[in-house]
Amino acid sequence: MRLKSRLITTGMLSLALLAGACGGASDGPVKPGGESNSGGLAIQGAGATFPYPLYSKWISEYNKKNPSLKIDYQSIGSGGGIKQITERTVDFGATDAPMNDEQLKAAPKEILHIPTVLGAVVVTYNLPEAKNPIQLDGPTVAAIFMGDIKKWNDPKIAAMNEGAALPDKDIAVVHRSDGSGTTAIFVDYMAKVSPEWKDKVGVGTSVNWPTGIGGKGNEGVSGSVKQTPGSIGYVELIYAKQNNLSVASIKNSAGKFVTPSLESVTAAASGVAARIPDDLRVSVTNADGEASYPISGFTYLLVYKDQDDAVKAKALVEFIWWALAEGEKMAADLGYSALPPEVLTKAQAKVRLINVGGKTFVP
Amino acid sequence: MDTPAEQTSAPLTILERLRPSHLGDFLFRAITLAFASLVLVLIVAMLFEMIQNSMLSFQKFGFGFITATVWDPPAREFGALPFVYGTIVTSILALILAVPISIAVAVFVTYQAPMAIRRPVISLLVELLAAIPSVAYGLWGIFVLVPFMRETVNPVLRSTLGFTPLFDGPSFGLGTLTAGVILAIMVTPIITTVSRDVLAAVPSHQRDGALALGATQWEAIRVVFTYALPGIVGAIILGLARAIGETMAVTMVIGNRPDITVSLFSPSYTMASVIANEFTEATEQIYLHALIEIGVLLFAVSFVVRAAAQLLVRYATRGRNIGREG
Repeated sequence: MRLKSRLITTGMLSLALLAGACGGASDGPVKPGGESNSGGLAIQGAGATFPYPLYSKWISEYNKKNPSLKIDYQSIGSGGGIKQITERTVDFGATDAPMNDEQLKAAPKEILHIPTVLGAVVVTYNLPEAKNPIQLDGPTVAAIFMGDIKKWNDPKIAAMNEGAALPDKDIAVVHRSDGSGTTAIFVDYMAKVSPEWKDKVGVGTSVNWPTGIGGKGNEGVSGSVKQTPGSIGYVELIYAKQNNLSVASIKNSAGKFVTPSLESVTAAASGVAARIPDDLRVSVTNADGEASYPISGFTYLLVYKDQDDAVKAKALVEFIWWALAEGEKMAADLGYSALPPEVLTKAQAKVRLINVGGKTFVP
Repeated sequence: MDTPAEQTSAPLTILERLRPSHLGDFLFRAITLAFASLVLVLIVAMLFEMIQNSMLSFQKFGFGFITATVWDPPAREFGALPFVYGTIVTSILALILAVPISIAVAVFVTYQAPMAIRRPVISLLVELLAAIPSVAYGLWGIFVLVPFMRETVNPVLRSTLGFTPLFDGPSFGLGTLTAGVILAIMVTPIITTVSRDVLAAVPSHQRDGALALGATQWEAIRVVFTYALPGIVGAIILGLARAIGETMAVTMVIGNRPDITVSLFSPSYTMASVIANEFTEATEQIYLHALIEIGVLLFAVSFVVRAAAQLLVRYATRGRNIGREG
């Protein structure tokens, strides 16, 4: 009978399903990428969410020139990017904050940091009384976010904003609640300009905030700041530009108040170029130079120096080489600050090091 | 449906079982058993995997993990109590707000609403609420509910109930109470829909009989409730489960501050929220393991809360002349 045979098939299928569910989970390392179904080559990357819009633009543009190469980038967060490149489940990782020594030690082979663009963090606020953009220096921002400065008319704020009508209003601090490279850059700056911050709060993608409320993502922070009179928060520069938020000028290490912009962020990268270490893992916050905006940072690609698969390594190197040469030109349109020439040269030198058995792929 | 043959007649021999007429039943049972076990296997596998991946945190903090109140990733100090507290408080708030409304709507839809709007209008609208993704609730929360709480609800609460510590202190709009309200909106459709089905399943002659004896509408519904109570409590437990596990909408309006404070105006944090917030950027092993241990705790808290609710039902319905819980 038809019904019965169908029943039997269903039964067998369900048993097979069950067996698969019980015995399927193997934890061994998975080989990333490899040959895709169409016969072309596939490269996989994963990591930071901040550069995702730019990387996906790069990938789609590069794909037009090289239709047989499939590049896949998953924006799962910097932590995930570091984890996956360490476990070699992807061909390249991406992170906002450079890997620390401990993390590098955990990787099976030497990982190169290749900076691609810069991101910046702006201090945004909601103070209808202040007609002109307010100006703050680093220690004052740190004191506000530690809860030590509680009122907008505090003498420290007033001293930097002569003539501004600062109200006797409580400051409501809003910070990111989700772990984020934006937070990492912001607190890195705080720790540099405030010894107290360094002692009590420290640095990282999430910290134990001494005060304030946590908003999820840039939209959570800016949403709260926009609606709460007297509030102050921090968001990515791109986000602030797209949403026309009020942003504070920050006093840099040369003593100048600088408005955050693509140019002042690139200037900050130039400011650190002279003291950049060989592995390019460097913090750009509080950079030297009169035009430098002090709260910014590189975002990096993470690639193994010694590769196994010559075909794949060649394709990967060519893509990164193209991204640094041609891709950089697309950065400004999407709101990212391009690398200054002196850093770009150093980044290209890193790409030259990628090899298979000593054979490199770019001149 | 027909009663299975095994239950009504004497046990069958193997040969009889394999007779064509019984083969179908046998297979049917095997299939349902297989799928039922699949659920169990999944839960055990998940728990096993989670415990295995939180070993570092288990070993380092032990049971102190549950009672510690500091969550400081840079210092690698992890304590879960503020998250447990936040989860339980927001869930209870949600139930306090949602249960009376849900049951009232269920009663109205089942017995009192004019036929014309009963199913098509009210039921459809309520079920539509259940279909809205939680991130949409969260955005609505940030842009509509939070300002409304800050400008309207919280000042009224403070001026009337401000003498209690529950409604004291500054209010930014984001906080425990707002999270409770948004959760209440999200669990209302679940509790309403299940309660309505439970009420509809009570034999109508119970209510008709009560009305015929001269009972008022209210008294007749109380009679119905005697029968429906276990089912309604089941509906509430389903709502509670949703409230405990809800992540995105809560994260967006709760303020995400791992503090234990009595005031419902102040920001707090839930277990699901901290996992969603910090998992992607947790690069240290111990940090990751601490977050996964929060997941294990979430499992445990859901289980304990459920068990407590079951006990409560058994206690509440003790000695009453009603059927076993369905």
